[in-house]
Amino acid sequence: MVPIEHVIGLSAILFTLGVIGVATRRNLIIVLMSIELMLNAVNLAFVGFNRLHPENLDGQIFVLMVIAVAASEVAVGLGIVISMFRNRDSVDLEEVSLLKW
Amino acid sequence: MTVFSFLFYLFAAMAVVSALAMVLNVRNTVAAALSLVVTMISLAAIYVLMEAHLVGAIQIMVYAGAIVVLFLFVVMLLNLRQDAFAPGRQWLVKSGAALVGLLIGAQLVRLLATPLPVAPPLPEGFGGYRAVGIALYTDYVLLVEMASLLLLAAIVGALILAKRKIE
Repeated sequence: MVPIEHVIGLSAILFTLGVIGVATRRNLIIVLMSIELMLNAVNLAFVGFNRLHPENLDGQIFVLMVIAVAASEVAVGLGIVISMFRNRDSVDLEEVSLLKW
Repeated sequence: MTVFSFLFYLFAAMAVVSALAMVLNVRNTVAAALSLVVTMISLAAIYVLMEAHLVGAIQIMVYAGAIVVLFLFVVMLLNLRQDAFAPGRQWLVKSGAALVGLLIGAQLVRLLATPLPVAPPLPEGFGGYRAVGIALYTDYVLLVEMASLLLLAAIVGALILAKRKIE
């Protein structure tokens, strides 16, 4: 068994990559994928901590719920992408600045 | 080094490299989505190594099988093969954002300085479909119902958003 610290460290690295993707990319689809990456990193941390407390399965149940939320988030997010592409012919985040100050 | 830890570090390296390939890929959105599939499958293998068998199987079915296919479907539908955005604009903002991300990561890694307890031995059937199913349909049955409502709301929302015109 590898130490749990290494599992949580991998989770932290993946979460950081997701944050960098959300903060630096302008392609809306890549931003959505980076959000998925962050959710996956959190799932990995849940599974790792559940391995430390195996008397119940709370961590794995939470992972299943996070997967359900991620699936619905992708469905709605890609619906937004399609309607944005239909209105503006682009998925560049710089072009949707109506709510930006 | 046992086979177990060798496999863990192998899949961990695969996950990090393919996540990097996804975030740094500025040319081809399809390739970025395929890199995301590699990350998901490596994470599923890590879940299986950590005795979370059901979660690993669902990770492959839902993430690699459904979510990333949905991404690929939309990328190809919108014909975004080439990422045509001008690179090199706003370098200052972007490097600042990357720096903030790296700071967050450094803070997360720094938290690991406090040692965690060693993983205890597992009870029989831990993480299998039987144990997870019993927990899901006794203690967490309300959560299951809420998830079904959430998925219904997501289906309706996606239909409304992507529909061309509402009569």
